[in-house]
Amino acid sequence: MNAVDKTGNLSRRGFLHVTALAGGGMLIGARFSLDGARGAAAATAGADAALNAFIRLTPDGIATIMAQNPEIGQGVKTMLPMLIAEELDIPWSQVRVEQADFDSTKYRGQMAGGSMATPMHYQSMRRVGAAARAMLVAAAAKQWKTDPEKCTTEAGVVHFKKKSLSYGELATAAAEIEPPNPRTVPLKDPADFRIIGQEIPGVDNPKIVTGEPLFGIDVTVPGMKYAVFEKCRVHGGKVKTANLDAVKASPGVTDAFVVDATAQAESAAASFSMFQVAPPNGIAIVGDSWWLVNEARSKLEVTWDEGPTASQSTAAFDRQAEELSMQAPERDLRNDGDAAGALASAAKTLEAAYQYPFLAHAPLEPQNTTAHFHHGGLEMWAPIQTPQFARGDLAKTLGIPEDQITIHLTRMGGGFGRRLYWDYMLEAALIARQAGVPVKLVWTREDDTRFDFFRPGGYHYLKGGLDDSGNLVAWRDHFVSFGEGPRFAPSAEMAPNEFPQAFVPNFALQASKMPLGIPTGALRAPTSNAISFVVQSFIDELAAEAGKDPLQFRLDLLDAAPDGMRPAFDAKRMKAVLELVRDKSGWGTADLPEGTGQGVAFHFSHRGYFAEVVQATVSKEGELGVDRIWVAGDVGRQLVNPSNAVNQVQGAALDGLAQALDQEITFEGGRTKESNFHNFKLLRIDQAPPVEVHWVMSDNQPTGLGEPALPPVPPALCNAIFAVTGKRIRSLPIAKHDLSWT
Amino acid sequence: MAIAFTLNGKSTTVEAPPEMPLLWVLRDELDLKGTKFGCGRSFCGACTVHVNGEPERSCRMPVSRAEGKEITTIEGLSEDGAHPVQVAWQEIDVPQCGYCQAGQIMSASALLAGNPQPTDGDIDEAMSGNICRCATYGRIRAAIHHAAKLAQAPPTSHETATGAGGSEA
Repeated sequence: MNAVDKTGNLSRRGFLHVTALAGGGMLIGARFSLDGARGAAAATAGADAALNAFIRLTPDGIATIMAQNPEIGQGVKTMLPMLIAEELDIPWSQVRVEQADFDSTKYRGQMAGGSMATPMHYQSMRRVGAAARAMLVAAAAKQWKTDPEKCTTEAGVVHFKKKSLSYGELATAAAEIEPPNPRTVPLKDPADFRIIGQEIPGVDNPKIVTGEPLFGIDVTVPGMKYAVFEKCRVHGGKVKTANLDAVKASPGVTDAFVVDATAQAESAAASFSMFQVAPPNGIAIVGDSWWLVNEARSKLEVTWDEGPTASQSTAAFDRQAEELSMQAPERDLRNDGDAAGALASAAKTLEAAYQYPFLAHAPLEPQNTTAHFHHGGLEMWAPIQTPQFARGDLAKTLGIPEDQITIHLTRMGGGFGRRLYWDYMLEAALIARQAGVPVKLVWTREDDTRFDFFRPGGYHYLKGGLDDSGNLVAWRDHFVSFGEGPRFAPSAEMAPNEFPQAFVPNFALQASKMPLGIPTGALRAPTSNAISFVVQSFIDELAAEAGKDPLQFRLDLLDAAPDGMRPAFDAKRMKAVLELVRDKSGWGTADLPEGTGQGVAFHFSHRGYFAEVVQATVSKEGELGVDRIWVAGDVGRQLVNPSNAVNQVQGAALDGLAQALDQEITFEGGRTKESNFHNFKLLRIDQAPPVEVHWVMSDNQPTGLGEPALPPVPPALCNAIFAVTGKRIRSLPIAKHDLSWT
Repeated sequence: MAIAFTLNGKSTTVEAPPEMPLLWVLRDELDLKGTKFGCGRSFCGACTVHVNGEPERSCRMPVSRAEGKEITTIEGLSEDGAHPVQVAWQEIDVPQCGYCQAGQIMSASALLAGNPQPTDGDIDEAMSGNICRCATYGRIRAAIHHAAKLAQAPPTSHETATGAGGSEA
């Protein structure tokens, strides 16, 4: 490629560059470097390598936009290119979207997690598009010998008086234009948006509905073998002996061996990212057919060193938590005012013990990775939410340089946080290295359910105090969780400023911990998905004790922030969504039949404000049906893609419903007891009520939607059950409780 | 052993162990990746195909049972993605992650073939074996009703969906 590179400042550390394409047209990308001079030099030298940039504009007028982030079903592969196309001012029909590989020299923030893509990229992606538009305008103005300021664009065409040139016609000339500084390039007035705010269907939909290969599990490379990996059912256990020869003799099996990365992983672990995984230890079976190698597992006879976790069980955790609740807490996480004193002098007090179980992520596509060592490096195809962290940690564990690892990002069959962790990638790499051939590792559903990074269970021992007028004056939570030493296990922590902190004058949050040998991690709306159930249920108990309407009690509480307190969120925004959901759900005014009731809850997480009402019907025999869910959300002034926004919110709400109804992971002898969808139950269509979604369009920066609609559903449902039956659900899942009433 | 069946309208013969599930024959022997592995035990429906027009979970169906049958996978549902269910799925913008949708579409198309105007109750009954982990159930239901309308309309019709993002499921 005969490259003419021009660079422009993208940010303190990033540069836009433009390259002329050999066949005509232009390529615009950003290159990130620690210093500008080196960035520019790298851009010039690396024109060929720059093919995976942001925009490729060809003379046919088609803009190919690279989708930089991993797609897990959150819609980011459509959303980020929409932002670029909007400011480029090109019709969506002239846009093609391609998935970028992971490449930290070209992209920033290639990660799916934390509902972060919108807040991170809303401005920067628009600036890339706006800079490209400015160059096309400059190219046209140069040709017409006029001032670019006098030119306008519309739908992929530059206009000046009666002259016009299409972007396709201008693409080659625009490659000669100096890129503008993207930080100062003007952005559109939102009133002029033509793509942002439109309902744009997912860009992969045509491939999804025709069954084209898109997912990690669909990858095939020449000479590839299939692999399964058998681990000790006790978390952390190791192989002592195994009948490998018998397994090798099984049909379709070409190799079987023990993989033990315990030593390497332990030495590397000190410098791992936050998404660290346990060192793999187990038996790999490799062969010509995945089904045959998986069948060969039944012939395995292994003696395991089960290790210390074999003594851990759900029943033991429950006993231990109760014992800890009766002792002085290990430490204080937060103390405002004098909770003990205020509880002693309160007009009314209420005590309750809440608990929630461990949960699995259960993405429908089982974990898998294809790994190929060649040309002195490692090439991987993996469904991974965190390629940057995975690559760094893999390099340390495998002892190879980071730049020798290539990660191709595949579409993911769900993530929900499971694919923040890269254990299956490490297993695939170790197996491929030992087998000496490219290997596709595919887990079974049983592997996936048993060897998750579970949402940790937890226990909360609560006491609340009301004054004479029924106002909340004291709150004490002794949180019994998991962890060792000073550290909570991943996702087993609780923020010291969780609601109702800063809304109650006397607030104490205390914690005790139990050791845990079972891996835990982030599940969609981590910590919030559990804590919202506890807090919003106990708030409901206090409202009932105060003799107040539970929704009004919450509104009053949001008004009650004592002077000098700084809540974790904006109480006005939360009140607005509560008032909206009150009005939309007919709260307190709907004429509900006997056996039907409504419950409410709100939660702030991932910068999003969500208040939700669940309407449920419980027969006297205790049969539960969920009739409808109303959601009111505030994620700022703009929904980038309203179709996907509603889909995400409905899915998150129903995810919360599934968790509350009948999901639980339990342990016995250090083993996960659940194994597949018959005993870890996902929601089905006949259990899915309509979910109405309403928005408060507040004048705030747009934020993400993958997670924050989930947390209010479990407590709102439990509060609805109370409204009907008078029974409080203080432990999940609901399926364990008798809901019959008279 | 050699097993012969009609796959997406074409005569096909495969050499495979007779007890090997049809799913793995499709995916790994015949390189048709559209049919998905989700649970391996008929719980999730991601592997749904049509066997003589009826929906079947291919993860539990030994390939020997395919002998002489007509098998249709998502790749063979239409030549160009123009089956009313495939069109409706796009117009309603059903997918989130998309992994289950091939199985959903195969179950939905089998439903509509036998019941051109299904009620919500019919849909619940026919589709409750198909899990969508992203829980796009409201749109699946809407898309089945929409497909029913598309199938009735003349093929040249340009009837459009009521919109992808209605605020109600």
